[in-house]
Amino acid sequence: MSAPIKPGSGSAYARVLGFGGYRPARVVTNEEICQNIDSSDEWIQARSGIVTRRWANAEETVRAMSVAAAGKALANAGVRADQVGAVVVSTVSHLYQTPAIATVIAEDLGAKGAAAFDISAACAGFCYGVGLADGMVRTGSADYVVVIGVERLSDLTDPHDRSTAFIFADGAGAAVVGPSDEPGIGPVVWGSDGTQAGLITQEESWHQAFYSDGGAQWPHLRMEGNPVFRWAVWEMARVAQQALDAAGVSTADLDAFIPHQANMRITDAMVKALKLPEHVRVARDIAQQGNTSAASVPLAIERMQETGEVKSGETALIIGFGAGLAYAAQVIKLP
Amino acid sequence: MAYSEQEILSGLAEIVNEIVGVPTSDVQTDKSFTDDLDVDSLSMVEVAMAAQDKFGVTIPDEEIKNLKTVGDAVSFIAKNS
Repeated sequence: MSAPIKPGSGSAYARVLGFGGYRPARVVTNEEICQNIDSSDEWIQARSGIVTRRWANAEETVRAMSVAAAGKALANAGVRADQVGAVVVSTVSHLYQTPAIATVIAEDLGAKGAAAFDISAACAGFCYGVGLADGMVRTGSADYVVVIGVERLSDLTDPHDRSTAFIFADGAGAAVVGPSDEPGIGPVVWGSDGTQAGLITQEESWHQAFYSDGGAQWPHLRMEGNPVFRWAVWEMARVAQQALDAAGVSTADLDAFIPHQANMRITDAMVKALKLPEHVRVARDIAQQGNTSAASVPLAIERMQETGEVKSGETALIIGFGAGLAYAAQVIKLP
Repeated sequence: MAYSEQEILSGLAEIVNEIVGVPTSDVQTDKSFTDDLDVDSLSMVEVAMAAQDKFGVTIPDEEIKNLKTVGDAVSFIAKNS
């Protein structure tokens, strides 16, 4: 017998209702970074645009930073925690293999019983999460979804690696996605290229690190800067354009461009490659914040909201890209 | 289509000027990208991508490392375009 299955039904449209962020208290200068590498403030700024970054202390855990950012996002969205149907956390620096940190974050937030899971899409993770949340709200899997990007990359950074020690940083950013009367999130354009998985990677597995000759060695993140730069600028400009096309938005109609804060040089070159008009405001949070991977897009949006660079109802292009190589981009209406 | 070395040099000079701002007249075959023209390794990737658009030549990452001088780049593009 072929019993019919009733499909789920949600809101016709979804949108981001509020953003929130958490920036660790400790500001780390380039001078401090240069205590461990043969470099200079001038070189680091020229190479990356990074002036300072934030590193978390022992109390600023992945969990604590996430709860702080998501609490702010819920308050900004005007959504109660008990209305949240799902919590999606993107991180590569929660150092427990299991359980997913999303479960205890949901509990801490007061989103009792919400579906909760972690995703691993590195610097693309926040935009992956927004793509998932958009689908969940529109299919009725959840009324409201909390999407969190959170990292403590300082735990995985080799302070003596001249090519990465100055880049990576810590923080959390969150968004609340919920129902909308009009389209607020464009189609996600996403993908991956596993042939280039070695370009940004943890140098060895935990198992290899634990059992390495001569005692346990902490595994660090490694990155090949130049090929990543080439991919991030020219391939991702193409993906960003596809996301604009998919949403039916031209660069003339765009108010803000908020790429993953990987490196100021990547952002600058992407702006050129996309031929963005001058009126488009561009996120440059990396100067103060460093590269916080999954947290960088929502943190950058929060800063632009706080400084008045962007306003509610404006149209923004967001794009995340990094290890995998994984990427995701979409056009959103800002809350 | 084959380009003369002079065409490649003047095209490269425009590219380097656009990317790092040095005058086109400074871009001569004996000049080192890093030491004389302020073209660091990321800017060199930008130069390579712009050269790809202009001359239809692909310059892979492993090849970029070998292009120390403007003359090296002119020869590579002349051979491969």
